[in-house]
Amino acid sequence: MYTQGLDQAGKGGPDTREAESRAQLDAFQARIDAEEKIEAKDWMPEAYRRTLIRQISQHAHSEIIGMQPEGNWLTRAPTMKRKAILLAKVQDEAGHGLYLYSAAETLGVSRDEMVGDLLSGKAKYSSIFNYPTLTWADIGAIGWLVDGAAIMNQIPLCRCSYGPYSRAMIRVCKEESFHQRQGYELMLTLCRGTDEQKAMAQDALNRFWWPALMMFGPNDAASSHSAQSMAWKIKRFSNDELRQKFIDVTVPQAEFLGLSVPDAALWFNENTEHYEHSDIDWQEFFDVISGNGPCNRQRLAKRRKAHDDGAWVREAARAYADKKAAAEAAA
Amino acid sequence: MTRQEWPLYEVFIRTRSGLSHRHAGSVHAADDEMALNNARDTYTRRSEGVSIWVVRSDRIVASDPAETSAFFDPAEDKIYRHPTFYDIPDEVENL
Repeated sequence: MYTQGLDQAGKGGPDTREAESRAQLDAFQARIDAEEKIEAKDWMPEAYRRTLIRQISQHAHSEIIGMQPEGNWLTRAPTMKRKAILLAKVQDEAGHGLYLYSAAETLGVSRDEMVGDLLSGKAKYSSIFNYPTLTWADIGAIGWLVDGAAIMNQIPLCRCSYGPYSRAMIRVCKEESFHQRQGYELMLTLCRGTDEQKAMAQDALNRFWWPALMMFGPNDAASSHSAQSMAWKIKRFSNDELRQKFIDVTVPQAEFLGLSVPDAALWFNENTEHYEHSDIDWQEFFDVISGNGPCNRQRLAKRRKAHDDGAWVREAARAYADKKAAAEAAA
Repeated sequence: MTRQEWPLYEVFIRTRSGLSHRHAGSVHAADDEMALNNARDTYTRRSEGVSIWVVRSDRIVASDPAETSAFFDPAEDKIYRHPTFYDIPDEVENL
Protein backbone atom coordinates (compact mmCIF):
# COMPACT_ATOMS: atom_id res chain seq x y z
CA MET A 1 0.00 0.00 0.00
CA TYR A 2 1.44 3.21 1.00
CA THR A 3 2.82 4.24 -2.35
CA GLN A 4 0.31 7.00 -2.53
CA GLY A 5 2.56 9.58 -4.11
CA LEU A 6 2.45 11.68 -1.01
CA ASP A 7 5.11 14.19 -1.83
CA GLN A 8 7.45 15.04 -4.62
CA ALA A 9 10.68 13.21 -5.17
CA GLY A 10 13.79 15.20 -5.58
CA LYS A 11 12.70 18.32 -3.74
CA GLY A 12 15.46 19.94 -1.77
CA GLY A 13 18.14 17.51 -2.95
CA PRO A 14 21.31 18.76 -4.52
CA ASP A 15 21.26 19.05 -8.27
CA THR A 16 23.44 16.16 -9.30
CA ARG A 17 22.45 15.96 -12.92
CA GLU A 18 25.78 17.31 -14.08
CA ALA A 19 27.65 14.64 -12.19
CA GLU A 20 25.64 11.94 -13.89
CA SER A 21 26.71 11.47 -17.46
CA ARG A 22 24.32 10.53 -20.23
CA ALA A 23 26.27 7.29 -20.67
CA GLN A 24 25.82 6.32 -17.00
CA LEU A 25 22.10 7.05 -17.13
CA ASP A 26 21.66 5.10 -20.35
CA ALA A 27 23.59 2.13 -18.99
CA PHE A 28 21.45 2.20 -15.87
CA GLN A 29 18.21 2.33 -17.84
CA ALA A 30 19.44 -0.52 -20.03
CA ARG A 31 19.94 -2.68 -16.93
CA ILE A 32 16.41 -1.81 -15.78
CA ASP A 33 14.94 -2.55 -19.21
CA ALA A 34 16.71 -5.91 -19.20
CA GLU A 35 14.92 -6.67 -15.89
CA GLU A 36 18.21 -6.77 -14.03
CA LYS A 37 17.91 -6.03 -10.32
CA ILE A 38 19.77 -3.06 -8.93
CA GLU A 39 21.64 -3.87 -5.74
CA ALA A 40 22.64 -1.67 -2.84
CA LYS A 41 26.13 -0.57 -3.84
CA ASP A 42 25.49 -0.41 -7.59
CA TRP A 43 25.68 2.91 -9.32
CA MET A 44 22.23 4.51 -9.55
CA PRO A 45 20.94 7.96 -10.45
CA GLU A 46 20.53 10.17 -7.41
CA ALA A 47 16.83 10.66 -8.23
CA TYR A 48 16.28 6.89 -8.27
CA ARG A 49 17.91 6.63 -4.86
CA ARG A 50 15.84 9.50 -3.46
CA THR A 51 12.60 8.15 -4.89
CA LEU A 52 13.25 4.78 -3.28
CA ILE A 53 14.27 6.22 0.07
CA ARG A 54 11.09 8.28 0.09
CA GLN A 55 8.85 5.41 -0.94
CA ILE A 56 10.39 2.68 1.23
CA SER A 57 10.58 4.86 4.33
CA GLN A 58 6.96 6.04 3.90
CA HIS A 59 6.01 2.42 3.56
CA ALA A 60 7.92 1.53 6.73
CA HIS A 61 6.36 4.43 8.64
CA SER A 62 2.92 3.25 7.53
CA GLU A 63 3.54 -0.18 8.99
CA ILE A 64 4.68 1.32 12.28
CA ILE A 65 1.80 3.81 12.58
CA GLY A 66 -0.52 1.08 11.31
CA MET A 67 -0.05 -0.79 14.59
CA GLN A 68 -2.04 1.87 16.44
CA PRO A 69 -5.56 1.51 15.05
CA GLU A 70 -5.44 -2.23 15.65
CA GLY A 71 -3.53 -2.02 18.91
CA ASN A 72 -6.54 -0.03 20.10
CA TRP A 73 -8.53 -3.29 20.31
CA LEU A 74 -5.91 -5.62 21.73
CA THR A 75 -7.20 -5.40 25.28
CA ARG A 76 -10.84 -5.62 24.18
CA ALA A 77 -10.77 -8.52 21.73
CA PRO A 78 -13.88 -10.65 22.36
CA THR A 79 -12.10 -13.98 22.83
CA MET A 80 -8.62 -15.27 23.65
CA LYS A 81 -8.35 -16.67 20.14
CA ARG A 82 -9.12 -13.30 18.54
CA LYS A 83 -6.73 -11.60 20.92
CA ALA A 84 -3.87 -13.96 20.05
CA ILE A 85 -4.56 -13.47 16.32
CA LEU A 86 -4.65 -9.70 16.63
CA LEU A 87 -1.47 -9.66 18.67
CA ALA A 88 0.29 -11.75 16.01
CA LYS A 89 -0.94 -9.40 13.31
CA VAL A 90 0.22 -6.27 15.12
CA GLN A 91 3.61 -7.93 15.66
CA ASP A 92 3.76 -8.65 11.94
CA GLU A 93 3.18 -4.97 11.19
CA ALA A 94 6.14 -4.10 13.39
CA GLY A 95 8.16 -6.75 11.56
CA HIS A 96 7.16 -5.34 8.18
CA GLY A 97 8.25 -1.90 9.29
CA LEU A 98 11.63 -3.33 10.29
CA TYR A 99 12.15 -5.23 7.00
CA LEU A 100 11.43 -2.02 5.16
CA TYR A 101 13.61 0.24 7.28
CA SER A 102 16.41 -2.23 6.75
CA ALA A 103 15.83 -2.15 2.96
CA ALA A 104 15.88 1.66 2.98
CA GLU A 105 19.09 1.72 4.99
CA THR A 106 20.88 -0.07 2.15
CA LEU A 107 20.43 3.18 0.19
CA GLY A 108 22.55 5.12 2.64
CA VAL A 109 19.95 6.69 4.90
CA SER A 110 20.17 5.99 8.64
CA ARG A 111 17.40 4.56 10.79
CA ASP A 112 17.63 7.54 13.12
CA GLU A 113 17.18 9.92 10.22
CA MET A 114 14.05 8.13 9.01
CA VAL A 115 12.53 7.85 12.48
CA GLY A 116 13.37 11.51 13.06
CA ASP A 117 11.50 12.49 9.89
CA LEU A 118 8.45 10.52 10.97
CA LEU A 119 8.40 12.02 14.45
CA SER A 120 8.92 15.57 13.22
CA GLY A 121 6.03 15.18 10.81
CA LYS A 122 8.29 15.73 7.80
CA ALA A 123 7.77 12.21 6.47
CA LYS A 124 4.36 11.00 5.41
CA TYR A 125 2.63 7.68 5.94
CA SER A 126 -0.47 6.11 4.45
CA SER A 127 -3.66 8.13 4.87
CA ILE A 128 -5.64 5.08 5.96
CA PHE A 129 -4.13 4.93 9.43
CA ASN A 130 -5.54 8.30 10.35
CA TYR A 131 -9.04 6.85 10.65
CA PRO A 132 -10.25 5.65 14.04
CA THR A 133 -11.23 2.07 14.90
CA LEU A 134 -14.54 2.67 16.63
CA THR A 135 -15.85 -0.88 16.92
CA TRP A 136 -14.56 -4.43 16.92
CA ALA A 137 -15.85 -4.85 13.37
CA ASP A 138 -13.30 -2.25 12.26
CA ILE A 139 -10.61 -4.83 13.00
CA GLY A 140 -12.26 -7.14 10.50
CA ALA A 141 -12.70 -4.35 7.95
CA ILE A 142 -9.04 -3.38 8.25
CA GLY A 143 -7.82 -6.92 7.67
CA TRP A 144 -10.18 -7.50 4.79
CA LEU A 145 -10.08 -4.10 3.04
CA VAL A 146 -6.92 -2.33 4.16
CA ASP A 147 -4.69 -5.38 3.99
CA GLY A 148 -6.52 -6.44 0.85
CA ALA A 149 -5.69 -3.12 -0.80
CA ALA A 150 -2.15 -3.43 0.52
CA ILE A 151 -1.74 -6.83 -1.10
CA MET A 152 -2.92 -5.45 -4.47
CA ASN A 153 -0.27 -2.79 -4.23
CA GLN A 154 2.49 -4.92 -2.80
CA ILE A 155 2.41 -7.93 -5.07
CA PRO A 156 3.75 -5.94 -8.05
CA LEU A 157 6.35 -4.41 -5.71
CA CYS A 158 7.84 -7.89 -5.28
CA ARG A 159 9.13 -7.37 -8.84
CA CYS A 160 10.47 -3.89 -8.14
CA SER A 161 13.83 -3.17 -9.79
CA TYR A 162 15.58 -2.51 -6.50
CA GLY A 163 16.69 -5.86 -5.06
CA PRO A 164 16.50 -5.17 -1.30
CA TYR A 165 13.00 -3.62 -1.62
CA SER A 166 11.78 -6.46 -3.78
CA ARG A 167 13.06 -9.06 -1.31
CA ALA A 168 11.48 -7.23 1.63
CA MET A 169 8.17 -7.14 -0.23
CA ILE A 170 8.27 -10.86 -0.94
CA ARG A 171 8.65 -11.46 2.78
CA VAL A 172 5.82 -9.03 3.58
CA CYS A 173 3.45 -10.52 1.00
CA LYS A 174 3.89 -14.01 2.40
CA GLU A 175 2.53 -12.72 5.69
CA GLU A 176 -0.20 -10.40 4.40
CA SER A 177 -2.43 -13.20 3.27
CA PHE A 178 -2.98 -14.24 6.88
CA HIS A 179 -3.93 -10.65 7.69
CA GLN A 180 -6.55 -10.45 5.00
CA ARG A 181 -8.04 -13.86 5.66
CA GLN A 182 -8.36 -13.36 9.40
CA GLY A 183 -10.11 -10.04 8.70
CA TYR A 184 -12.57 -11.55 6.27
CA GLU A 185 -13.28 -14.44 8.61
CA LEU A 186 -13.92 -11.98 11.42
CA MET A 187 -16.43 -10.13 9.19
CA LEU A 188 -18.02 -13.44 8.20
CA THR A 189 -18.49 -14.39 11.84
CA LEU A 190 -20.16 -11.06 12.58
CA CYS A 191 -22.36 -11.30 9.50
CA ARG A 192 -23.56 -14.73 10.55
CA GLY A 193 -24.26 -13.47 14.07
CA THR A 194 -27.03 -11.32 15.49
CA ASP A 195 -28.63 -8.42 13.63
CA GLU A 196 -26.63 -6.05 15.77
CA GLN A 197 -23.38 -7.77 14.87
CA LYS A 198 -24.22 -7.66 11.21
CA ALA A 199 -25.11 -3.98 11.47
CA MET A 200 -21.75 -3.41 13.10
CA ALA A 201 -20.01 -5.10 10.17
CA GLN A 202 -22.00 -2.97 7.70
CA ASP A 203 -21.07 0.18 9.58
CA ALA A 204 -17.38 -0.74 9.45
CA LEU A 205 -17.60 -1.34 5.70
CA ASN A 206 -19.36 2.00 5.29
CA ARG A 207 -16.57 3.84 7.04
CA PHE A 208 -13.59 1.98 5.56
CA TRP A 209 -14.66 1.53 1.93
CA TRP A 210 -13.73 4.97 0.62
CA PRO A 211 -10.57 5.39 2.68
CA ALA A 212 -9.46 1.96 1.40
CA LEU A 213 -9.95 3.11 -2.20
CA MET A 214 -7.90 6.21 -1.46
CA MET A 215 -4.99 4.02 -0.41
CA PHE A 216 -4.09 3.57 -4.07
CA GLY A 217 -3.30 7.27 -4.31
CA PRO A 218 -4.53 10.02 -6.63
CA ASN A 219 -6.03 9.36 -10.05
CA ASP A 220 -3.45 8.66 -12.72
CA ALA A 221 -3.98 12.07 -14.29
CA ALA A 222 -3.09 13.74 -10.98
CA SER A 223 -0.27 11.40 -9.97
CA SER A 224 2.85 13.45 -10.44
CA HIS A 225 5.76 11.06 -10.54
CA SER A 226 4.18 7.81 -11.64
CA ALA A 227 5.69 7.88 -15.12
CA GLN A 228 9.26 7.99 -13.88
CA SER A 229 8.62 5.25 -11.31
CA MET A 230 7.14 3.10 -14.07
CA ALA A 231 10.17 3.68 -16.31
CA TRP A 232 12.43 2.68 -13.44
CA LYS A 233 10.23 -0.36 -12.81
CA ILE A 234 9.73 0.63 -9.19
CA LYS A 235 6.04 0.72 -10.01
CA ARG A 236 4.45 -1.76 -12.40
CA PHE A 237 0.80 -0.69 -12.51
CA SER A 238 -0.85 2.70 -12.25
CA ASN A 239 -2.88 3.78 -9.22
CA ASP A 240 -6.18 3.53 -11.11
CA GLU A 241 -5.38 0.08 -12.51
CA LEU A 242 -4.70 -1.29 -9.05
CA ARG A 243 -7.76 0.42 -7.57
CA GLN A 244 -9.97 -1.09 -10.26
CA LYS A 245 -8.53 -4.53 -9.63
CA PHE A 246 -9.23 -4.14 -5.92
CA ILE A 247 -12.84 -3.08 -6.50
CA ASP A 248 -13.43 -5.93 -8.93
CA VAL A 249 -12.33 -8.58 -6.47
CA THR A 250 -13.77 -6.98 -3.34
CA VAL A 251 -17.36 -6.26 -4.36
CA PRO A 252 -18.24 -9.97 -4.75
CA GLN A 253 -16.65 -10.63 -1.34
CA ALA A 254 -18.95 -8.00 0.19
CA GLU A 255 -21.92 -9.62 -1.53
CA PHE A 256 -20.98 -12.97 -0.05
CA LEU A 257 -21.05 -11.39 3.39
CA GLY A 258 -24.48 -9.99 2.62
CA LEU A 259 -23.19 -6.45 3.04
CA SER A 260 -23.68 -3.56 0.66
CA VAL A 261 -20.84 -1.41 -0.61
CA PRO A 262 -21.60 2.22 0.29
CA ASP A 263 -21.70 3.49 -3.27
CA ALA A 264 -25.19 3.91 -4.73
CA ALA A 265 -23.75 4.41 -8.21
CA LEU A 266 -21.74 1.18 -8.23
CA TRP A 267 -22.60 -1.09 -11.17
CA PHE A 268 -21.01 -3.91 -13.12
CA ASN A 269 -20.25 -3.00 -16.69
CA GLU A 270 -20.80 -6.18 -18.72
CA ASN A 271 -18.85 -4.78 -21.67
CA THR A 272 -15.67 -4.00 -19.80
CA GLU A 273 -16.24 -6.66 -17.12
CA HIS A 274 -15.30 -4.08 -14.50
CA TYR A 275 -17.26 -2.29 -11.81
CA GLU A 276 -17.94 1.39 -12.36
CA HIS A 277 -17.95 3.51 -9.23
CA SER A 278 -18.66 7.06 -8.09
CA ASP A 279 -15.94 9.66 -7.86
CA ILE A 280 -13.70 9.60 -4.85
CA ASP A 281 -13.79 12.58 -2.51
CA TRP A 282 -10.23 13.74 -3.18
CA GLN A 283 -10.65 16.71 -0.89
CA GLU A 284 -10.93 14.30 2.02
CA PHE A 285 -7.82 12.47 0.81
CA PHE A 286 -5.74 15.64 0.61
CA ASP A 287 -7.02 16.81 3.98
CA VAL A 288 -5.94 13.56 5.63
CA ILE A 289 -2.58 13.56 3.85
CA SER A 290 -1.85 17.10 4.89
CA GLY A 291 -2.40 16.32 8.55
CA ASN A 292 -6.08 17.02 9.11
CA GLY A 293 -7.60 13.57 9.17
CA PRO A 294 -9.57 12.35 12.18
CA CYS A 295 -6.54 10.91 14.02
CA ASN A 296 -3.35 12.42 12.54
CA ARG A 297 -2.35 14.34 15.65
CA GLN A 298 -3.17 11.47 17.99
CA ARG A 299 -1.16 8.97 15.92
CA LEU A 300 1.96 11.11 15.87
CA ALA A 301 1.66 12.11 19.52
CA LYS A 302 1.43 8.44 20.51
CA ARG A 303 4.41 7.52 18.35
CA ARG A 304 6.48 10.35 19.82
CA LYS A 305 5.57 9.36 23.36
CA ALA A 306 6.49 5.72 22.72
CA HIS A 307 9.80 6.84 21.25
CA ASP A 308 10.58 9.16 24.14
CA ASP A 309 9.49 6.64 26.76
CA GLY A 310 11.83 4.09 25.22
CA ALA A 311 14.84 6.40 25.15
CA TRP A 312 16.22 5.22 28.49
CA VAL A 313 16.03 1.60 27.37
CA ARG A 314 18.01 2.33 24.22
CA GLU A 315 20.59 4.26 26.22
CA ALA A 316 20.86 1.66 28.97
CA ALA A 317 21.36 -1.16 26.47
CA ARG A 318 24.06 0.82 24.77
CA ALA A 319 25.78 1.67 28.05
CA TYR A 320 25.68 -2.00 29.07
CA ALA A 321 27.16 -3.07 25.73
CA ASP A 322 29.94 -0.48 26.05
CA LYS A 323 30.71 -1.61 29.59
CA LYS A 324 30.82 -5.26 28.57
CA ALA A 325 33.03 -4.50 25.58
CA ALA A 326 35.41 -2.52 27.78
CA ALA A 327 35.61 -5.37 30.31
CA GLU A 328 36.34 -7.87 27.54
CA ALA A 329 39.03 -5.65 26.10
CA ALA A 330 40.66 -5.34 29.53
CA ALA A 331 40.55 -9.09 30.21
CA MET B 1 18.19 12.86 23.31
CA THR B 2 19.60 9.49 22.36
CA ARG B 3 23.28 9.42 21.60
CA GLN B 4 23.67 7.34 18.51
CA GLU B 5 21.72 4.52 16.97
CA TRP B 6 22.60 0.93 17.83
CA PRO B 7 24.99 -0.77 15.41
CA LEU B 8 23.61 -2.52 12.33
CA TYR B 9 23.90 -6.30 11.98
CA GLU B 10 23.33 -8.40 8.88
CA VAL B 11 21.19 -11.48 9.44
CA PHE B 12 21.70 -14.86 7.80
CA ILE B 13 19.26 -17.72 8.27
CA ARG B 14 19.47 -21.45 7.68
CA THR B 15 15.88 -22.41 6.92
CA ARG B 16 16.47 -26.10 7.58
CA SER B 17 19.44 -28.33 8.03
CA GLY B 18 21.03 -29.33 4.76
CA LEU B 19 20.77 -25.79 3.36
CA SER B 20 23.30 -23.01 3.73
CA HIS B 21 22.63 -19.78 5.57
CA ARG B 22 21.11 -17.08 3.42
CA HIS B 23 20.97 -13.34 3.88
CA ALA B 24 17.58 -12.24 5.24
CA GLY B 25 18.01 -8.55 6.05
CA SER B 26 19.41 -6.56 8.92
CA VAL B 27 18.61 -5.47 12.46
CA HIS B 28 19.92 -2.91 14.89
CA ALA B 29 21.11 -4.11 18.27
CA ALA B 30 23.25 -2.88 21.13
CA ASP B 31 25.29 -6.08 21.26
CA ASP B 32 25.70 -9.52 19.68
CA GLU B 33 23.26 -11.30 21.94
CA MET B 34 20.54 -8.73 21.35
CA ALA B 35 21.23 -8.93 17.62
CA LEU B 36 20.47 -12.66 17.69
CA ASN B 37 17.26 -12.13 19.65
CA ASN B 38 16.12 -9.29 17.42
CA ALA B 39 16.93 -11.32 14.31
CA ARG B 40 14.85 -14.19 15.66
CA ASP B 41 11.89 -11.94 16.46
CA THR B 42 12.09 -10.08 13.16
CA TYR B 43 12.87 -12.82 10.65
CA THR B 44 11.66 -16.13 12.08
CA ARG B 45 8.19 -15.49 13.51
CA ARG B 46 6.87 -18.44 11.51
CA SER B 47 9.63 -20.96 12.13
CA GLU B 48 11.58 -19.88 9.06
CA GLY B 49 14.88 -20.91 10.58
CA VAL B 50 16.84 -23.49 12.53
CA SER B 51 20.00 -21.43 12.78
CA ILE B 52 20.85 -17.72 12.63
CA TRP B 53 24.13 -15.92 12.03
CA VAL B 54 24.44 -12.24 12.77
CA VAL B 55 27.47 -10.16 11.92
CA ARG B 56 28.16 -6.46 12.36
CA SER B 57 27.57 -4.86 8.96
CA ASP B 58 30.76 -2.83 9.26
CA ARG B 59 32.79 -6.04 9.60
CA ILE B 60 31.75 -7.35 6.20
CA VAL B 61 34.33 -7.03 3.46
CA ALA B 62 32.68 -6.78 0.05
CA SER B 63 33.80 -6.54 -3.55
CA ASP B 64 33.18 -3.21 -5.24
CA PRO B 65 30.28 -3.28 -7.75
CA ALA B 66 31.99 -0.55 -9.79
CA GLU B 67 34.94 -2.92 -10.26
CA THR B 68 32.87 -5.99 -11.01
CA SER B 69 34.12 -6.65 -14.52
CA ALA B 70 37.77 -6.13 -13.68
CA PHE B 71 37.47 -8.14 -10.49
CA PHE B 72 35.91 -11.16 -12.14
CA ASP B 73 37.87 -10.79 -15.35
CA PRO B 74 40.40 -13.61 -14.61
CA ALA B 75 37.64 -16.22 -14.94
CA GLU B 76 36.24 -14.90 -18.18
CA ASP B 77 38.75 -16.25 -20.72
CA LYS B 78 39.10 -19.68 -19.16
CA ILE B 79 36.34 -21.47 -20.97
CA TYR B 80 38.33 -24.71 -20.71
CA ARG B 81 37.16 -24.85 -17.11
CA HIS B 82 33.71 -25.84 -18.33
CA PRO B 83 32.90 -29.41 -19.38
CA THR B 84 31.25 -28.24 -22.60
CA PHE B 85 34.65 -27.01 -23.86
CA TYR B 86 35.61 -30.59 -24.74
CA ASP B 87 34.36 -32.40 -27.85
CA ILE B 88 33.72 -36.05 -27.16
CA PRO B 89 32.35 -38.38 -29.86
CA ASP B 90 28.69 -39.35 -29.32
CA GLU B 91 29.58 -43.05 -29.27
CA VAL B 92 31.44 -42.63 -26.02
CA GLU B 93 28.97 -43.06 -23.20
CA ASN B 94 28.90 -42.17 -19.55
CA LEU B 95 31.21 -39.21 -19.95
